[in-house]
Amino acid sequence: MQIEVRELGYTYSEGLPFATTALEDVNFTIPGGEFAAIIGHTGSGKSTLLMHLNGLMKPTKGCVLADGIDINEKTKEAREARRKIGLVFQYPEYQLFEETVLKDVCFAPKNYGFTPEECEEKAIAALKLVGIDPDAKRDVSPFELSGGEKRRVAIAGVLAMEPQVLILDEPTAGLDPKGHRDILNMVEQIRRDRNLTILLVSHNMDDAARMADRVLVLDKGHLAMNGTPREVFSHHKELHEIGLSAPSSSELLYLLKEKGLNVRTDIFDEDEAAREIVNALK
Amino acid sequence: MAIKDITLGQYYPGDSVVHKLDPRTKLIGTILFLVSLFVVKNFTGFLFCGICLAILVKISGVPFKYMARGLKAVMFLIVFTAVINLFMTPGDPIWRFGILKIAREGIYRACFMAIRLVMLIFGSSLLTLTTKPVALTDGMERLLSPLSKIGLPSHELAMMMTIALRFIPTLLDETDKIMKAQTARGADFESGNLLQRAKGLIPLLVPLFVSAFRIAADLAMAMEARCYRGGDGRTRMNGMAFHNCDRIAALILVLYFAAVIAIGKLPVF
Repeated sequence: MQIEVRELGYTYSEGLPFATTALEDVNFTIPGGEFAAIIGHTGSGKSTLLMHLNGLMKPTKGCVLADGIDINEKTKEAREARRKIGLVFQYPEYQLFEETVLKDVCFAPKNYGFTPEECEEKAIAALKLVGIDPDAKRDVSPFELSGGEKRRVAIAGVLAMEPQVLILDEPTAGLDPKGHRDILNMVEQIRRDRNLTILLVSHNMDDAARMADRVLVLDKGHLAMNGTPREVFSHHKELHEIGLSAPSSSELLYLLKEKGLNVRTDIFDEDEAAREIVNALK
Repeated sequence: MAIKDITLGQYYPGDSVVHKLDPRTKLIGTILFLVSLFVVKNFTGFLFCGICLAILVKISGVPFKYMARGLKAVMFLIVFTAVINLFMTPGDPIWRFGILKIAREGIYRACFMAIRLVMLIFGSSLLTLTTKPVALTDGMERLLSPLSKIGLPSHELAMMMTIALRFIPTLLDETDKIMKAQTARGADFESGNLLQRAKGLIPLLVPLFVSAFRIAADLAMAMEARCYRGGDGRTRMNGMAFHNCDRIAALILVLYFAAVIAIGKLPVF
């Protein structure tokens, strides 16, 4: 499913003296099946943008199109389109509430009117997708799970709606390095299995560079950059000016270059960076 | 309507005399004002109370519009009371329709109650709008402290109030977040009959309670880490003291109350 954002603008408390503009004139298109990363400083409008993408917030200007359908229309197609855009919030484990894992994951399909059998089928498929063994955990209370498992179950709760677009707001916040890697690998896996369009909000430039096909940079409610990781991270200076940075290996190469070592700086992979430095030192 | 639009009980920063008064003066003043609204027997009395309140609001610098927004939350209560009074007061009917009838006394009572309620809300919200929650509970603690001799835990009560007030915005934020997360999973908080709606709140309330307990545990830990152990022997960074403006305010209050009683005795409408 393709997501297109046209001249999107949002102003909080519009018309009142303390009105603040959170988004202004944001335009981009993410083709179906693409992996896009959204990066931006705290308060750059990332969360506001995400909530527009599945209709939780209505734009004050412009529109969001999913495969050409304006998702804020009141038609059945628009509601269906919204269902196909799954949004996983930051710390999604705080939304768990049911008595058992299975019931919690069934919540979304149940809301969309599927029969209990269909719900269960979708929930079990979603649990398998996030790497939770449905047979062992289905009747466990979600509050008894470990932190990482809770997060997986919560993500399964969104996947059970069978979205075609998955939006994740910092899915690795508060996890240890292993949990971080596991969740991201899981996202890659889900993307391959279900051929999803993915939007990932991240503070981690390495993740964005490694995983994404496209990087969107938000700054003060504006779309500052939009391109492949290579294009975006080559604007090293501009990124620093808006409080961001390039991936760590690229940052290191920049420092070395400043000190006079003749190296390329558009390398985002650690091993490749190491080889480049070795070559330059030869 | 967003949950955050509720202004009732919020502090409106300012630098007026009303803001600077000692919280104890304001507390006693507000209580006296509220009592006076029940002493009033006629519309002239209300007019007088209203004018005094309007002057106070003017001095405090809180925009009238901002105060009026607080009314929205209790509009239902006001209308409900007025309607009940309108139809239920016995007297000579001037309009009837089936079992419904309106008496002259009913109209009088309905207006009377509505005005009283609006003034009650304005009066008490002026207190919370011009006093920081911490100052307010400090004032309450000091006013109640004589009662601690007979076993009333005044410090603990005040601390509980402070914490409750402090965490209202936090819990509202949390509610907002959880609501959005569940809406993203297709939850519907707005349609359906009463029972369906009540059931629909479970996905909101369970995570909210879990959050509240988590926040409470964190707070308790943070307080213990800073050696909090209740009110005994606790001193304050900013002591409270009555100033000249408090004495003048007390004088005005006495005069005001006397005037209200006097007007009540007058044979006016």
